[in-house]
Amino acid sequence: MSKQEQHWEKSKGLLMMTLAIWFVFSIGIFLFGAEMNEVTGPFGYPLTYWFTCQGSLGIFVILIFWFANRQEKIDEEFGFSERGDD
Amino acid sequence: MIKGNFIDNLPKVYGIYTGGFLAFIIIMSIGEQMGMTSKAIGICFVAFTVAIYAIIGYLSRTAQADAYYVAGRQVPTVFNGMATAADWMSGASFVAMAGGIYFKGYGYMALLVGWTGGYVLVASLLAPYLRKFGCYTVPDFIGTRYGGNLSRFMAVVVLTVASFTYVTAQINATGTIASVALDIPFQYAVYVGLISILLCSMLGGMRGVTWTQVAQYIVLIIAYLLPVFWISNKMGAGFFPHFMLADEVSRIAELEAQFGFVKNSAENLKEVPKGLAGITKAHSAVNATPWAFISLALAMMMGTASLPHVMMRYFTTPSVKAARKSVGWSLFFIFLLYSSAPMLATLSKLSLIDPSLPTGIIGKSITEVQAIDWYQNWNQANLMFVSDFNGNGTLELNEFFMGGKAVVLATPEIAGLPYVISGLVAAGGMAAAMSTADGLILAIANAISHDVYYKIIDPKAETAKRLVVARVLLVVIGFAGATIAALEIQGILGSVIWAFDFAMSGLFFPLVLGVWWKRANKEGAIAGMFLGLVSGAAYLVWVRTGGSGFLGITQLTFGIFGSAVSLVSMVVVSLMTSAPNAATQRMVDEVRVPSGRSIIGKQ
Repeated sequence: MSKQEQHWEKSKGLLMMTLAIWFVFSIGIFLFGAEMNEVTGPFGYPLTYWFTCQGSLGIFVILIFWFANRQEKIDEEFGFSERGDD
Repeated sequence: MIKGNFIDNLPKVYGIYTGGFLAFIIIMSIGEQMGMTSKAIGICFVAFTVAIYAIIGYLSRTAQADAYYVAGRQVPTVFNGMATAADWMSGASFVAMAGGIYFKGYGYMALLVGWTGGYVLVASLLAPYLRKFGCYTVPDFIGTRYGGNLSRFMAVVVLTVASFTYVTAQINATGTIASVALDIPFQYAVYVGLISILLCSMLGGMRGVTWTQVAQYIVLIIAYLLPVFWISNKMGAGFFPHFMLADEVSRIAELEAQFGFVKNSAENLKEVPKGLAGITKAHSAVNATPWAFISLALAMMMGTASLPHVMMRYFTTPSVKAARKSVGWSLFFIFLLYSSAPMLATLSKLSLIDPSLPTGIIGKSITEVQAIDWYQNWNQANLMFVSDFNGNGTLELNEFFMGGKAVVLATPEIAGLPYVISGLVAAGGMAAAMSTADGLILAIANAISHDVYYKIIDPKAETAKRLVVARVLLVVIGFAGATIAALEIQGILGSVIWAFDFAMSGLFFPLVLGVWWKRANKEGAIAGMFLGLVSGAAYLVWVRTGGSGFLGITQLTFGIFGSAVSLVSMVVVSLMTSAPNAATQRMVDEVRVPSGRSIIGKQ
């Protein structure tokens, strides 16, 4: 496998992982919205309510930064990273 | 004070700007103490901020195509994040979102999840690859990746349909705010709003819009957060509302159980002015089926990843790496406002319905409520209404009605904050609506001037001529949008959601598969865009004209049907026709590598 193919395989792996986490917090948990709302979540809010106000939103922010860092590592590993600032 | 390159000095420039804006707020509040009228304060806020944006727009003027279309590709990540956040958060997010949460609770909060979760798709599936491509517009990517004028033209059509649906709502919002703050009739105020919008984008194109959007973000986020924190502290609900409103949320649930949701008769509801609603849904309980929630969230997420005015913001970053990070910053700045909207809805609702609070009106006598100053003001503005349906003389929960906008606009006054805050909120709403309208008008005008005029009609046109065409189109599209907005035919929020559905119907799969599926070809992409858009639109018309719909897909989520048709037709047609040629396949390989030159060479 060429360097480029290996890089793409790894990038695809990262994409799948990112989309899996995204799926859980944007769709998965809301399948059980009514049941989860019985539980008390962070700061004392009902759990599902908290996810819609802050939880899922905040997780998405962290997820994107995590994804960007991981992808940068993959790019560096194969020597595809760009020079320059961010 | 400022030396050297503008880009290197950005933190300093916007730091001084923010300080200046805070000083302006303080001067206005001193003015209020000294007897300035509320009307004068409102005019000062709107005029001062719009004047600043116009100055930034003038200073960003340019005669270069690179600067006009993609701001010279040198916008740093954090600032691009702020600009995207302003681009993204429209008048609807600013004025209507807290109201939607207030009235509809959980079912509405699917929009919060959808409008943020979509950025994960933007960051992982599209933005970095389109940045590597080096295109000026979204149709530029479609046209180059798939080849042929027809695919490029189809992409322009989808972009125009989606963005134009969106932009009339934004011009409408600027008009509403300008008409209230400047006290002029709506029909004229729409054009005042339009001229303010064009001042930002005409001379500098994307460069002008970028730097005004950063300035607009700063105004709108101060205008949203300051009242939320102030009200929370004033009510004694907690100094940091986001972490401390659990008691208030459970108190609302307790009051809801105590009052009950009494259903009004159709006859009684006829009395209520159009557009006002009562509280009929639980505040924090799950009141929608899983599919209703998930389908709306999914439609908004896929729509986010297909809306061209957002995608083109990531063409302005210096590198692919920066584009990825910049998506994260965008969502962070959006999160600051979106996570505050439910808190504002909670504070607003509790202060109105809790009889044990001095501001509470439920349980008071009707005549007493009708004598309150703020009730009279907002009743006159057609945003509040009470009526004694059961004739017992006291106000019940089901006898109190409010407009969605009132949650953001009236809560500061109800909570007893000084008028200067209301002026600030007007300036914030204006900034939110203007920044989104600017991004949208520019997206349409750039697509038509670059993809239709330059790439299809006259490929030999000089830069100067291209930019003249781009600016003329900007004005024409702006006026067309304002003319339709002045007719007031659609509501703000409904048309915003439709724009997402149109965009995802036509563009989501052609964009994503263009990067992720090498086998996708021109014929497939054209079929995907055309059939996706047409079937989505047909479904919308069918449901609007009394059709029953299927699978629980409503007029707000018709994009799910449109994009499914788009996916199937794109895959089937691609596989039935020949694979893309070797040059195209090589191009896709190159897009997947972040380093190296962009695909479309430097002009």
